[in-house]
This record gives sequence, structure tokens and C-alpha cells, in this order.
Amino acid sequence: MSTTLLEHLTPEDLDDIGAELDGIRDEVMADLGERDAAYIRKVVKVQRGLEGAGRAALLVSLFPPAWLTGTTALSVAKVLENMELGHNVMHGQWDWMRDPEIHSATWEWDNVSAAEGWKKSHNYEHHTYTNIVGKDRDLGYTLLRLDAEQPWKPFHLAQPLYNIVLAVAFQWGVALYDLELDEARKGRKPWSRVVSDVGRLGRKAARQIAKDYVAWPLLSGPSAVPTLLGNLTANVVRNVWTHTVIFCGHFPDGAETFDFDESDLDGESRGGWYVRQLLGSCNVDGPPVMHLMTGNLSYQIEHHLFPDLPSNRYAELAPRVRALCERHGLPYVSGPLPKQYAQVIRKILRMSLPGGGEAAPEAAAARRDPILRLVA
Amino acid sequence: MAETRDCATLWLRPGRGWPAHVPGQYVRVGVDVDGVRHWRTYSLTSLPGRRDGRIAITVKRIPGGLVSEYLVSQACRGMLVRLAPPTGEFVLPDAVEHPLLFVTAGSGVTPVMGMLRALARRPGGLPDSAHVHVAPSPEDTIFAGDLRALARDHDRYALHEHHDDRDGRWDVTKLGRRVRDWRERETWACGPAGLLDALTERFERAGVSERLHLERFRPIAAAAGVGGDGGRVSFLGSGKEVETDGTTPLLVAGEQAGALLPHGCRMGICNSCIGRLRSGAVRDLRTGDVQHADGQTVRTCVSAAAGSLEIDL
Repeated sequence: MSTTLLEHLTPEDLDDIGAELDGIRDEVMADLGERDAAYIRKVVKVQRGLEGAGRAALLVSLFPPAWLTGTTALSVAKVLENMELGHNVMHGQWDWMRDPEIHSATWEWDNVSAAEGWKKSHNYEHHTYTNIVGKDRDLGYTLLRLDAEQPWKPFHLAQPLYNIVLAVAFQWGVALYDLELDEARKGRKPWSRVVSDVGRLGRKAARQIAKDYVAWPLLSGPSAVPTLLGNLTANVVRNVWTHTVIFCGHFPDGAETFDFDESDLDGESRGGWYVRQLLGSCNVDGPPVMHLMTGNLSYQIEHHLFPDLPSNRYAELAPRVRALCERHGLPYVSGPLPKQYAQVIRKILRMSLPGGGEAAPEAAAARRDPILRLVA
Repeated sequence: MAETRDCATLWLRPGRGWPAHVPGQYVRVGVDVDGVRHWRTYSLTSLPGRRDGRIAITVKRIPGGLVSEYLVSQACRGMLVRLAPPTGEFVLPDAVEHPLLFVTAGSGVTPVMGMLRALARRPGGLPDSAHVHVAPSPEDTIFAGDLRALARDHDRYALHEHHDDRDGRWDVTKLGRRVRDWRERETWACGPAGLLDALTERFERAGVSERLHLERFRPIAAAAGVGGDGGRVSFLGSGKEVETDGTTPLLVAGEQAGALLPHGCRMGICNSCIGRLRSGAVRDLRTGDVQHADGQTVRTCVSAAAGSLEIDL
């Protein structure tokens, strides 16, 4: 549907947008230095400290306040590790430092999904084909129907329920999803590779389970059971939070989806790619601590424009990107977390039933408005 | 500690488990300059196995050299650097059976200084050895004081200093005038490529090339003559080689040569295409930055050859 929106930007407009955003990117790249290195090392230090403190408190978690403190610290540590560290490091945002300890080639995260498989499904497929129906498998994670363009099946009736399960077990959802069973069924991925991927997932999952549900509980002696429950809680907290952040990044009202096929992408200009990233992403407004806990994915728009720029720079870039959108009559979708999440839930509910092509009123306005201005 | 106006010796305290080096060896040092880790190679100039565990590297500032400038002018007590284990084949044999000759020029004296210090500690002091050291001027002679002290204290060590400003440019024909019996000496030489090439030729003509041991410092950024003009790219993993220009991404060049290379977005965002650079340098097509070997990973889809290179793909 928004192919029409893109068509109303002239190729020259797209080139201008491309050049301007490339300029911002180059400017930031040239400016990276000690300040950024100090930032990420501090996050690593805080994360390690929280994880250490959390695990230590859980060793004596028969004592309820220790359980509460330990579980909270470990939950926060796991969120930081997966979001501000893992996700961003594996994007290569910190590769410029050439520090092998904070590098996309070497980072393995605290998550059952193995870094190697995730980097492919996320960095390549999701970031290249963002919100293209049928190409970006992140659009509903092959499980949910989140766009009217996706064909409805009776299976989707229960998707509000699947969504709850997905949220609670999100790391497992992502890990299974990286196996691309759907692709294999369609004959687009050889089963032999599925088998080797299953092996990789099995090894990683075994390590994770051994760590959180065997080793640490055993170390806790009499506190074994509360420690196990604390670790389980921390994993669930991390799962629900990451699920929330990620769904708020691409599925609230106003996020565009694209009915493109491979040939549409062949001639896509740099500017066209940028605009598709802009239109397919939504920001979340909030205080700095919320941005940190989302791994700065609350700046989803900036992240999709510049996936390999260090996340601490997104907040600084955001006003410039917003201004560019205003000048070119492009929507810049942003809202507080409860509002964005409510829209996601509403969409999951609506799309569980057939149809749904007619969008929510404010979203339709956001979608039409720029087109009209561009036509004029 | 300053050695000359543009050269300093830095004392480092390695972490536990650092193996003792052999005099003459070098060490790779990782230094964070403005948030970015750079690796450079420096000769060890201290004696191995010191009681305080410290080691010394001697760094000469290269004009425009990011790391050497940083180390010589900004290094301070308490600074943290990364160390790779010592390596290098430019070392003395356990037992010295022949008279020795050292030929060094400029900072090429650094590995030899390590050797001389070790030899001086052996029973009986330095063995019969001649040392031709070439430097631009007396003030610019690295370790001038240490070398002269050795010459004073050890009768069998003959130091021949050559200063270009006083004696004119040194060339290999002058060797025989200073050290008549050079053909009979086991020789260790370190310095600029021109000097080493001339020595190699001279020793070959004399039929004693097995006596000559060389240490070539790898060319550094400013000196390497890195242009944006491409070169021969060797894909070590797939065994393909291709001649490429300075604007074609390595990924494209490799694919054209028939190499099966990992890739994803082809626009520098997804990191699917990274490979480890084994030698040479690449230019980032988006920023124009040049990145050198040192085992760094590069994104082949947005990097072009800056001279000939080898990559692990």
C-alpha cells in the first residue's frame, strides 16, 4: 500500500534524503572516539556488576529480601545484556573500537538463540527487508498476523493467546524462529541446514539451561529452589520486556508495511531504502533510563536508518531525523510506551479476525497526510 | 623515558602468565587511541626475566604515525595497553661460536640493543663483536649512551658509529673498511629495506649469505605508499586470486573471480560478509578510511583493496 507513498516522492527527493542521511552518518562516524568507548565500557561494567550482585544475592535467596533484590538485579542485568549490549554489539555498532571483547564477531549473548543464527535472521533479513510482507519474517514472527496483507487463516483466531505465550517465552520463540522451519517447509532452505541449525540451538540452549537452572541453583545449596525460581523470573521478565520493545518498534499504528517483491528492491536507491526504514519503524518516548533499558531501540527509527552506529548516539540524532521528516512530509511515528503497546495489542486482536484493511482513523491520517502534501 | 627527541623507551608490566622473551624478539602492542584499538609491533629492548617482571619497548616517533606519536608524547604512568606474546626469529643462538657483526640503522638498533644487553651479562662479557650503527646525527642516535658504555666496558666489542650528517650517506661498500673480516662473522642486521637489500646482495656475492640474519620491520602507514589504486587480492579460504581496482568492493571482486563468499545486505549493515585481513590494507568505500592488516575483520561489501592484500575467506 505504501508503494504509492514512495512513488509520490520523486527520485530527486529520495536522492536528497539519501545524501542528507548519509551525511549525518559520516559525521557521526568521524566523531566517534573516547567518549563513546567510555560509554560502552561503563555499560559493560554496570551490567557485570548487576549480574554479579544479583547472582550473589540469590545464593542466599531463602531469605526473601535477598530473593527480591537478586531477582531484580539479575532481571535488569539480563535486559541490559540482551538489549544495550548484545543486540547492539552484534550489529557491529562497536566494531570500530576493534576491541575483541566488544565485537560483533565474538559476542555471545545471554539468550538461548545463538549469536550466529540470530545475526543472520536479524541483521540481514529483518534489517534489509524491513516490514516487507512475505520477506521480513519479523512481521509477526511467522506466527501472528499483523497486517491486512497477510492472508487470514482460522489459525489466527487464537493469536492473542499465542502472543502471550510468545511474550513469556520470547527467547525460545526467537531461537525457534531462527531455524526457519517455515522456509524449509516451502523448500527454500535445505533440511540439512535445519539439522545443523538445530544442533547449534541445542548446544546453546543446553549451556543456558545448565547455567540458570542447574549450576547456579546447585551452588546455592539450601537456596537452590528459590535461586532456580529467581533465574526463571529474570528470564521471563527479560522475555516480556524485549517482546514489548520489539513489537512497539514495528507494529503500532502508523508503521508502514510494504507489498514489495525482490524486483522492487533491485532498483531501490539509497534514499528509497532509508525512507522504507523510516516508514516501517516507530519510536517510543520516555526518560533516559527507559531508552537505556530498551537498548535504545526506543529510537527504532534511528536504529533502522543507522543500524551500525553506536546506540548512545541515537538520542542525539533523533531531532535531526525528525526535522528531515517534517521537511519532506514524511511521518515520524513516536509515542509513549503504554500508547504504542495498546496499539500493538489492538492490532493483534483485530488481525485475529479476517479483513482489517481499513486502518484505525489516526493511523490512516498519518498515512494519507504526507501523500497529499507530496502530491500538492 | 626519552632516548632521543623523537624516541622513548616505555616500561610495561605484563599480566600473569606472560612468557619470557628471547632478546631480539618483538611484541605486538594494542593501544587504544581515541577509543579505537590499534596494534603495532615493537622490539623488546629489556633483558628477559627481570625480577620485577617488567619489559621495555623502544618506540621511535614516525611523523604522522598515530600510535608512535601517541606513545612517545602522551604515554603516562598507569596507562593500560594490550600485549600479544613475544615472537620473532631474529635471535642469537644459545652458544655463540663465531665472532659477531651487527649492522643497524636508525630504530633498527632496538632488537640488537636487547641482544647486546643479554650478551654483556654472559660470563666473560660481550664476545668478539663488531657493530656498525648508522644514524642521521649524534643527537638522533638511539641508545648512543648505552652503546658507548658497552664499548668502554667490553674490550671485545667494537662500536663503529656512522653519522650521515658528518660522514655522508652510508653504503654497503664502506663495510669492509670498518670491519675487514666481516665475511667471517655471523651477522645480524636490522634497518630500512634499502640497507638490508644491499647487505643481502653483498653477502650473496661474497658467498656467505648463510651468515646473514635479517629483521625487516613491516612498512607502516605513512611509508607503505597505500594508494586508492587496488591491487592483487588473495582469498586464502577459497584459493582465488584477483586483480582489482580501488573502487570495486572486495565482495564483488571475489565473486567475479568465482569465490563463494558469505554476504548479506551488500551495503555495510549486516556484517554477514566479514573476513579477517591477513596482510595489506583496505579502504572503506563509505568513509575513505584505510584499515591495515593485523588480523582485523573487514566488511568485504563496502571495502576495496588499497594495495595488494590477503584475506581469510
